[in-house]
Amino acid sequence: MSRLVIDPVSRIEGHLRVEVQVDGGQVTEAYASSTMWRGIETILTGRDPRDAWLFAQRICGVCTSVHALASVRAVEDAVGAVPPLNARLLRDLIATSLCVHDHVVHFYHLQALDWVDPTAALAADPARAAALAQSISDYPRSTAGLFASVQTRLKVFLESGKIGPFTNGYWGHPAYRLSPELNLIAFSHYLDALDFQREYIRVHALLGGKNPHPQTYVVGGMASPIDLNSQDAINANTLQEVAQILQRGLDFVEQVFLPDLQAIGAAYPEWTTYGRGLGSYMVFGDYSLSPPGIARPPRDGLFPGGIIRNGNLAAKPEPFDPSGIAESVAHSWFRYDDPGAALPPWKGETTPQYTGPEPPFEQLDVAGKYTWLKAPRYQGAAMEVGPVARMLVGYTSGDARIRPLVQGALDALRLPPEALMSTLGRVLARGLETRLMAQYSLELVNRLRDNVAGGDLAVADTGRWRPTSWPEGTLLGVGFHEAPRGSLSHWVVIEGGRIRNYQAVVPTTWNASPRDAAGNPGAYEAALVGTPVADPQRPLEILRTLHSFDPCMACAAHLYDAEGRDIIEVRVQ
Amino acid sequence: MTSETGRPLSARLADAGVDRRSFLKFCAGITATLALPAQLAPKVAYALDKVDRPTVIWLEFQDCAGDSEAFLRSRNPSAADLILGMISLDYHETVMAASGTAAEKARDDAVAKGGHLVVVEGSIPTGIPGACTVGGKSAEEILRAAVRGAAGIINVGTCSAFGGIPAAGPNPTGAVRVEDVVGGVPVVNLTGCPVNADNLTATIVHQLTFGEFPARDRFGRPLFAYGERIHDTCQRRGHFDAGEFAEQWGDAGHRKGWCLYRLGCKGPSTFHNCPSVRFNGGTSWPVAAGHGCVGCSEPGFWDTMSPFYDRLPHVATSGFDLTADKIGVGVLAATATGFAAHGVGKVVQHRVAAHHEKQAARDRAADAADTAATADTAATADTAATADTAATADHEAPIGKAHTDAETGEAE
Ligand code: SF4
Ligand code: SF4
Repeated sequence: MSRLVIDPVSRIEGHLRVEVQVDGGQVTEAYASSTMWRGIETILTGRDPRDAWLFAQRICGVCTSVHALASVRAVEDAVGAVPPLNARLLRDLIATSLCVHDHVVHFYHLQALDWVDPTAALAADPARAAALAQSISDYPRSTAGLFASVQTRLKVFLESGKIGPFTNGYWGHPAYRLSPELNLIAFSHYLDALDFQREYIRVHALLGGKNPHPQTYVVGGMASPIDLNSQDAINANTLQEVAQILQRGLDFVEQVFLPDLQAIGAAYPEWTTYGRGLGSYMVFGDYSLSPPGIARPPRDGLFPGGIIRNGNLAAKPEPFDPSGIAESVAHSWFRYDDPGAALPPWKGETTPQYTGPEPPFEQLDVAGKYTWLKAPRYQGAAMEVGPVARMLVGYTSGDARIRPLVQGALDALRLPPEALMSTLGRVLARGLETRLMAQYSLELVNRLRDNVAGGDLAVADTGRWRPTSWPEGTLLGVGFHEAPRGSLSHWVVIEGGRIRNYQAVVPTTWNASPRDAAGNPGAYEAALVGTPVADPQRPLEILRTLHSFDPCMACAAHLYDAEGRDIIEVRVQ
Repeated sequence: MTSETGRPLSARLADAGVDRRSFLKFCAGITATLALPAQLAPKVAYALDKVDRPTVIWLEFQDCAGDSEAFLRSRNPSAADLILGMISLDYHETVMAASGTAAEKARDDAVAKGGHLVVVEGSIPTGIPGACTVGGKSAEEILRAAVRGAAGIINVGTCSAFGGIPAAGPNPTGAVRVEDVVGGVPVVNLTGCPVNADNLTATIVHQLTFGEFPARDRFGRPLFAYGERIHDTCQRRGHFDAGEFAEQWGDAGHRKGWCLYRLGCKGPSTFHNCPSVRFNGGTSWPVAAGHGCVGCSEPGFWDTMSPFYDRLPHVATSGFDLTADKIGVGVLAATATGFAAHGVGKVVQHRVAAHHEKQAARDRAADAADTAATADTAATADTAATADTAATADHEAPIGKAHTDAETGEAE
């Protein structure tokens, strides 16, 4: 039995460490640790609630607008502001385009190198690569000439001896199994996707000034004025340009992303059996346009909410109940007044208490506290969240859009629905969701244009802008959002026009959660068990499963301080 | 110096489908971004063609990866051209293939060779070293080791340059900026939340062309990008001067592009080139989209510029911006002093002269207006610190405070 430590886990957002026991060429036990923490929720305490979204957005620079959205929704819920339809459409447009962008970047730039070996592409025949690519999609750049030039560029680069981000990759590992041609196609699309993502996300700049970190949300609506005929507002030209970019995005997803996914997935069939994990999934639900459409989980959104337990895909999902969420810190570097308690978010208390080894260190004490993440639980159970949860809940609830989308993909790959509960299943579900979102974004832009053309120019509920217009007393608010990585919620307590408590329970905290007080592991920890490890010096397989979740550790690690206590005082070093 | 495999950058870019003309156009564009005379474009092109791809190590500490994401959105050249053609990005956790010990080895090997550039994103938690570890090592330890023998440090984003959001009150982890931990190598601070990718590219090109970072202000920010106030180049400035203000989100003034000062815009006390360079390949910037500037390139902005929707104190709005200019002038004067102390390369000396000229003109105008507006105490303030006092006395947002804080920090 040997302990294997992977730190840093690269190609994710932020700082993740995993320690695993490997026995007989397999992972038998795994511990996930988030090794960075900033304290953004504490920093929010005492501030103007209308500023919260700007701070909260900096929780993550990758899923760069989701915290802004959950945050304004939480404050709006607390103070009773109702954003008008234009604002809801603009927000969903920013969110859907982010989702498409984020999933494409994840697949090509954060995950693909686990399946694709660029060094093997040097042996490819560009003409055969072109023929293969043309047989699976209409993408106009699939020509022998293009593949030949990409291959030359790659060759010059690799032979230069300065291979930058590809240095010390696990090239030549026996677990790589694509043909040289597929490796060349995938590497070529790695480069195309770099260009694609840069152009595509201009949608955020057009609607919100910039990306990352669009600067356009306000409590009650949006700060972007809209008027089809004004030069100084979102106008007919802006919407036309947005629609064109979104259409190109849909083309890229259909002509490049999905065919690549299918081709790569088909080469690694056993990965539909590895990495299942918890088998329990949670979706809040989101993308409903019916008013108020803000805070409480919607019943009629694009993504239906629901809970699947223990891999049971035969039953309809249970409805999601917000009061089921509570967090434990039994294995987290925080201290509760009652160490065994599981606290619901509005009552969340967090006092950092670092009891890990002083750096530099070799190993964590996994029997004790070992991460900056709390352990969120739903009615006491660990849950997996994310695209696979949304596709499975949509599928099992018979959703009119999601069910046929998922069924079509399963049929094409000759897989049963259970196959989605796996490492490759997560990757596949993410691709399907990308297509759904790319299509839906075009519907949104049309709807927005129609609404504005009808004379509705409102972008904000300005009646609830001044704190003097807010209700008296202690105000509680929650903002739910289905972010690219899964179910996100921000919880706020406002008193006297100031934030008294702020708490974010984010997707990666659910998935990367440590053990809870009862010893139940989180989704990463469960999914890694059973993963094969051919060469412990080069643990490629472990990365495949970890990356399939699209970890975002900056999002996951945070802290809240309910009573405004001086956390510097109680810090343990 | 010849490049590896003996092929110039223009040839390597040609492999990527970037022809000679586009390459020269890129060099001309960068020369303009750097505020260098157009005649220098061929020198930039010549230098870039000759230079070896420098090794770059990108470290992430207490960050959100926003600056990494901004880097991935680079255009002219694109991220692909940068990564494959212009630099050798040997360590960058968000994009590199290797993990664990293989990743750490890539970093250590790159450092051992020396002469590398270290890009830092995020702050350093000196209060709780366990609040940011990679491979079991503290952020401080990694940073100290990585800058050994480095040619320079490029801080991207406000976190590594000034502490940023982790250092905002009450600073739960004791987060500090990079310069509080390491020194002894040239440092450039590309502030902003996140960094503007075009400014990052231009800075790297300047380093490759001239062998040094561009001339900087007293906060280490390159003058080409942080030499002018948002307010002075803002597209809404005409409305400010005319006294035309948006009063509420989505009102008629807002739809007509009127000034956002009353909705909290911090443009009058923020130095950044957003209005001209814009974001995402020149597509837009926050004030163009309808939201005020929040001052993300200034030291301590999370505390000194918030509440973000309160209006700046003492910015006269009756058709002239007397005090706003005064606040800015204090900073600019200090900027020029710091700039002189840094030593100035010949190529940009004209730029400094132009700054001094402009600033002197502003001073004269402001002084003249000063005499007229005797009632306003703040109007007589001619340093940022005094403006701060005046602001605090009025129980308004202490706008000048950021600069005062940083001054103290530097003196330590
Ligand atoms: S400066 Fe902004 S974008 Fe950069 S790391 Fe800090 S919070 Fe994130
Ligand atoms: S106050 Fe802001 S919006 Fe108005 S002119 Fe100045 S920078 Fe522009």
